[in-house]
Amino acid sequence: MQSATEQIIQIRWHGRGGQGAITAAKVVAEAAFRSGYGGVVMAPTFGTERRGAPVTTSLKISHSKIYDLSPITTPDIVVVLDHMILHEVDVTAGLKPGGWIILNTPRPVEKHLFPGYRTAVADVTRLGVEAGLRKGIVNTGIIGALGRASGLIDIEALADNIAVEFAGRKPDANAMAARLVYDATLMFDNMGGSTDA
Amino acid sequence: MSNPIIESGNVAAAMAVQLARAEVIAAYPITPQTPVTEKLSELIAAGKMDAEYVAVESEHSAMAVCIGAASAGVRAFTATSSNGLLYMSEQLHWAAGARLPIVMCVVNRAIGAPWSVWNDHQDAISQRDTGWIQIFAKDHQEIVDMTLKAFRLAELVHIPVMVNYDGYYLSHTYMPFEPPDAEHVDAFLPAYTYKHALTPERPESLNTVTLPDARLDVDGIKRGGYMDIRHNLHEEMGKSIEVWEEIDQEFQALFGRGGHPVIDPYRCDDADVVIVAMGSMANQFRVVVDRLRQNDGLKVGILALQMYRPFPSAIIAEALQSARHVMVYEKGLSYGNQGALYGDIKSALYPYPARPRLHNFIAGLGGRAIPTESLYQTMKTACEQDLQTPSAQADAPQWIGLQL
Repeated sequence: MQSATEQIIQIRWHGRGGQGAITAAKVVAEAAFRSGYGGVVMAPTFGTERRGAPVTTSLKISHSKIYDLSPITTPDIVVVLDHMILHEVDVTAGLKPGGWIILNTPRPVEKHLFPGYRTAVADVTRLGVEAGLRKGIVNTGIIGALGRASGLIDIEALADNIAVEFAGRKPDANAMAARLVYDATLMFDNMGGSTDA
Repeated sequence: MSNPIIESGNVAAAMAVQLARAEVIAAYPITPQTPVTEKLSELIAAGKMDAEYVAVESEHSAMAVCIGAASAGVRAFTATSSNGLLYMSEQLHWAAGARLPIVMCVVNRAIGAPWSVWNDHQDAISQRDTGWIQIFAKDHQEIVDMTLKAFRLAELVHIPVMVNYDGYYLSHTYMPFEPPDAEHVDAFLPAYTYKHALTPERPESLNTVTLPDARLDVDGIKRGGYMDIRHNLHEEMGKSIEVWEEIDQEFQALFGRGGHPVIDPYRCDDADVVIVAMGSMANQFRVVVDRLRQNDGLKVGILALQMYRPFPSAIIAEALQSARHVMVYEKGLSYGNQGALYGDIKSALYPYPARPRLHNFIAGLGGRAIPTESLYQTMKTACEQDLQTPSAQADAPQWIGLQL
């Protein structure tokens, strides 16, 4: 039977209008569903998005059908496609204690410590170029960091779904970006010790 | 059965219309409906759908084109939202009065002024007396299934059907659903044949000025006046509830889904308190019901109303006979009176022996957030107060989440 919202994994995506956060969330939704999560709901911000402005997208993942479509207010994970957004938006708003902040940044993980939360960082922009993407394409790469930190979905399932979603738009390079980021992701928790093995 | 896919509610609707082999699409874009018509025009341009797309200059014309197409025996579809629906209001009455089996998706959105692109149900509620059948979907699977069933219903009872689904909450949200396979759909929904279809070989004048009194036609057969024709519409709308139930059974036999075409109760059997709502909010309440039962030991259920017009008075009243309290939550109202759905439910209960205490809540107008937590808290408070010391029947609606 459908149970309370506590059993739903809630992921909030922060990006800029046009950056592809919605597509990324959709890929993760597909991969989660194909991996056995029977309930996935992806909801963009309702209303008026502008290119370049900070936008959010909600992704809920559960083992059973999700009946509550209301926007996420207490995420377990936030994914930030652009570290400059940290200056404009409080990405930790409502984030559950010990929740993950998955961040695309060129800076070391020590520069992004949030008290009470765990952080996973990778230079997704640079790794995207390494994978063969145009500079600034980060929405597929960041999926690798989410996969690594959360452990929710296997990286191969994520990469496969990226290739399907990007059929005709550099599917291999986009999947490769996620793999490279998966390997390069560094993680740190609030208590001050590296959780990266 | 085909494999489930993940797509938006608008794409789900477009896929259903494609599967239904609609032959004429006439639509004018309006948020949040636009992606439905974009998808349909893409399918037609790509040769994946054999239909004529008529890009009209207004919603009034969109419905006029559908009326023309349906009069010629062609399966017609349109979609709109909010002020677009109101702009075609005159034509809505015409389509129903002319008994044309048009199907329209209404992606529910608040009505201006002030301008709002966000969700509520006032658009559909304001058109409840047009003579259209109105059904409400709660998720993407229901959008697909209801749209297919709507074509079948419209063509069996010769009354147009409005398939309502919540703007953004459903239209722009992605979730899994199973698109039915085309072969089974063709078996379920055969090609439309209209016995009064206009053809140049057999010219007819339809729906001309009709006198107040019945009179003999050219063949000497007594034909109704305006009032008799309208009485038929009312009577046959009432009977379409049963037809809708039969269609659902056939659909269930073919596709394995359905069983709750008119009302969809959840944990209502032993419930002291029953919530009534339409659309996606009814599904949101399932979570609230679970919490109230689990955390607070309150026997609460949620009754989702799937069909709003014709209003299934007897079915609802009978479903509420063992409830002590009924909480009607709605996203639209009759200004200066009360929630439209609340008034309908109150009226439905009047002839019945058990009349539970009724409470009316207005929520989510113009996209005002409806946090699940606030639904839980208002329900908990209402249950604890009223189950202990029942208040007098008060019809004034309580507004959820006011900020002034």
